[in-house]
Amino acid sequence: MLEIVGLNEAAELFRSIPADIQLGRKLNVTDPLAEPEVMAEMESMAARNTAATKPSFLGAGVYSHFSPTIVDHLIQRSEFFTSYTPYQPEISQGTLQYIFEFQTLVCQLTGMEVANASMYDGSTAMAEAYLMAQRVTRRNKIVVARSVHPEYRDVAVTYAQHGDTEIVEVGYDNETGRVSGLEALDSNTAALVVQSPNFFGCIEDLTSLADAAHAVGALLVVTVTEAISLGLLKTPGSCGADIVVGEGQSWGVPMSFGGPHVGFFATQEKFVRQMPGRLCGIAYDKNGNRGFVLTLSTREQHIRREKATSNICTNQGLIALAATIYMEAMGKKGLEEVAEQNAQKAAYAKSQIALLDGYSIPFSSPTFNEFVVRGPRSAAEVLESVREKGIVGGLALAKYYGGHDNDFLVCVTETNSRDQIERLLAALG
Amino acid sequence: MSIKKVTSHPTQNEALIFERSQTGRVGYRLPKLDVPETDPIPADLRRDDGLDGVPEVSEVDVIRHFTRISTWNYSIDLGMYPLGSCTMKYNSRLNEKMARIAGYTNLHPLAPEEESQGALELMYRLQQDLAEITGLPSVSLQPAAGAQGEMTGVMLIRAFLDKRDGEASKDRRVMLIPDSAHGTNPASAALAGFTVKTIRSTDEGLTDMEHLRELCGEGGVAGLMLTNPNTVGIFEKNIREICDTIHSAGGLVYMDGANMNALVGVARPGDMGVDVIHLNLHKTFSTPHGGGGPGCGPCCCTAELSEFLPTPHIVAEPPRSADGVTRYRLNYDLPNSIGRVKAFFGNFGMMVRALSYIYTHGADGLREATETAVLNARYVAEKLKDTYHKPYDADCMHEAIFSHKHQSAKGVVTLDIAKRLIDHGFHPPTVYFPLVVEGAMLIEPTESVGRQDLDAFIDAMISIDREAGEDPELVKGAPHSTRIGRLDEAAAARKPVLRWRPDTEASGAGA
Repeated sequence: MLEIVGLNEAAELFRSIPADIQLGRKLNVTDPLAEPEVMAEMESMAARNTAATKPSFLGAGVYSHFSPTIVDHLIQRSEFFTSYTPYQPEISQGTLQYIFEFQTLVCQLTGMEVANASMYDGSTAMAEAYLMAQRVTRRNKIVVARSVHPEYRDVAVTYAQHGDTEIVEVGYDNETGRVSGLEALDSNTAALVVQSPNFFGCIEDLTSLADAAHAVGALLVVTVTEAISLGLLKTPGSCGADIVVGEGQSWGVPMSFGGPHVGFFATQEKFVRQMPGRLCGIAYDKNGNRGFVLTLSTREQHIRREKATSNICTNQGLIALAATIYMEAMGKKGLEEVAEQNAQKAAYAKSQIALLDGYSIPFSSPTFNEFVVRGPRSAAEVLESVREKGIVGGLALAKYYGGHDNDFLVCVTETNSRDQIERLLAALG
Repeated sequence: MSIKKVTSHPTQNEALIFERSQTGRVGYRLPKLDVPETDPIPADLRRDDGLDGVPEVSEVDVIRHFTRISTWNYSIDLGMYPLGSCTMKYNSRLNEKMARIAGYTNLHPLAPEEESQGALELMYRLQQDLAEITGLPSVSLQPAAGAQGEMTGVMLIRAFLDKRDGEASKDRRVMLIPDSAHGTNPASAALAGFTVKTIRSTDEGLTDMEHLRELCGEGGVAGLMLTNPNTVGIFEKNIREICDTIHSAGGLVYMDGANMNALVGVARPGDMGVDVIHLNLHKTFSTPHGGGGPGCGPCCCTAELSEFLPTPHIVAEPPRSADGVTRYRLNYDLPNSIGRVKAFFGNFGMMVRALSYIYTHGADGLREATETAVLNARYVAEKLKDTYHKPYDADCMHEAIFSHKHQSAKGVVTLDIAKRLIDHGFHPPTVYFPLVVEGAMLIEPTESVGRQDLDAFIDAMISIDREAGEDPELVKGAPHSTRIGRLDEAAAARKPVLRWRPDTEASGAGA
């Protein structure tokens, strides 16, 4: 082949690169490893992740849930995982159809009218919601609850820092754990942004929050970090939310040290042209056969460039597929049952911890599968002693919130057996 | 005997899952609840719509549903997928297996650092390797995809200028971007608060140096976003001078790493004068494209820009005692950081795959992959240059660009050629990009294709040219072999139907 292209040796392929900027030496990376050697290397590092094998009560935006075997099996079909963005719809109908199903399922679970083909994760979906709310309302102030996941708020600050966004953080009621400080809403407010269940696990009263936002002409943005809760809780849409964003990791996707996960983004039909990201819609061929295409792309960067609604291009296709398969395999009954089990198990653990000497539950609001525990001494110490007994007991709130030294967040899902809960109780007590 | 296509073939007519739903069907089993049941959620907070519309299907329904629709996709495993600028190379099954090791998949990102040492070490090692490959010593793996890596990159430039110039930084807000750039470049620049000025390309397909100097002379230049090799597949041989020009104007150079598959092991952006680059692990480092993500877009930069990288950074602490164990921790104390771009640490699962790719190839294998990728593109360029219009004379790197100039005279345009390629069994190249070439076809074979397949692709392209002369309608009506014909995208955008509802129709509107 070299001869055909008129060359003598491979090095000549790079003649257009000036010699003084060619590397001229071997890269200083490993020599090639054979398959068993790669495995040994990767497995030896994995073995040092000792937390992965222990009973854990960590949540805070990433949740341990059971995923039916078929989810990971189906996403490994070559046709799904070795294809790309469906630029050629005639040979991408498999991908396009599942995106359409994903969009539909997100709408059904959130109670919204339209959803996009996915965002990177919940945090970036929320950041995009800030920007979209500003476009829709032509206002620049975002009122966000401090009970929204702290890392999500950080990401949104990064995204918004060079626009003319004014971000006002409002607090939470020390008694209920719900958002407070709504007097910050005013006629310049683009959106009120809350999370429900919030970072402390408390379920917000979304209907009254929607009323408060709408009273000043602002949108209500609801963030959901625990998608399983949507199987049980009143939908944000039915409560009056204008934009619902969240993290879909709970829909059958492994925790994988924080990613890849999948963000979802849903809103009302009237705002669709202000949405970020890809959208899949129905189209027909000349014989009237139904198919699917990427549509409304005049919003997007490849056409609008610096005036696009977002810079997103590649999103989380395969993870959206995993979420779709999960939701369909679990179905109507399963999504309800798994949500119910989470609520029941967490309620049991919560009630039992509250009985322990020196422990209390500081927030009174109803919770889903997470709740804050106030311990007898610093949460870091409590969790360290629990860890010595082989259990990851939860998350010390002090990582993100000052003034909560004794508080920690406990998450209980359907994957925590009663035996694990009893062991946690024994370790705490 | 003739075999006629049966139009009711179930594989070809798989409905939407919602249309398959049967009341009462289930496809899952959970253990029985093992705690005493109470009433934890008040009625007014519970949903009362019974999850209306959510499907009820069995496990085998789900398996058949997805297996059937999967067969409607083209994929790398099926054959050559020469999408220019997307680097559709083989996705090793070993990498998939490694990312699924339970010690990675079951690890919570907020688990105690001392119990996540393997994951932190893996990320640290990948950072080291990417630093070596790019010649840029500081790395953040946090960006979730290329566009987010770009955004991170230009935000680093913004943070650097804000710190260096203080108040005066507000007069330096111009980002220079070539007319051939990906649309994500200007969109990302806008997010960092920059205004965009477009640099022209020359007839040779290179950055117009005169125009570059002229734009720098206008002042206010914060930086340049440059893809190299550029989007017409040509190496910007003046890269040193380009970087010098920007630096003298007080700006920094961001390189879009979309085309790094042409350079790994051969030349390093850091040695060219580039200040910051993003990589696409899903292109160059073979993590699967997954039908459109997940990606992973690490950002590599000079030591000077390091303090601005996203929070947190991974720090390796040399062994404290005789145990000889290096400890890894996360440093959140970074007052000058641009902040987080994503919750937690990025798409970790992609990092496992990329490191597995690097280990499998080693230094020699990485360079060999680059050589093969460039040779394959050069071969296609050589073999097609007499049939298709090649807009630039220069040697191409890892992708070859053509236009429809010769065929459009016969009434056949790039879109038709692309659709006809499908009938010949190939995924079309990237079409109508970059915009600087009218009717562009950007062909990137990658290293994952052998000469036989390249020849088959070349033959297909040549036959389509012949067909364009002999039977243009055949080409314009393509594809003829797919389950579905060309779809009316304009109608779809006029009246968008973006979700299923009970009254959604299975066919008809286009007839």
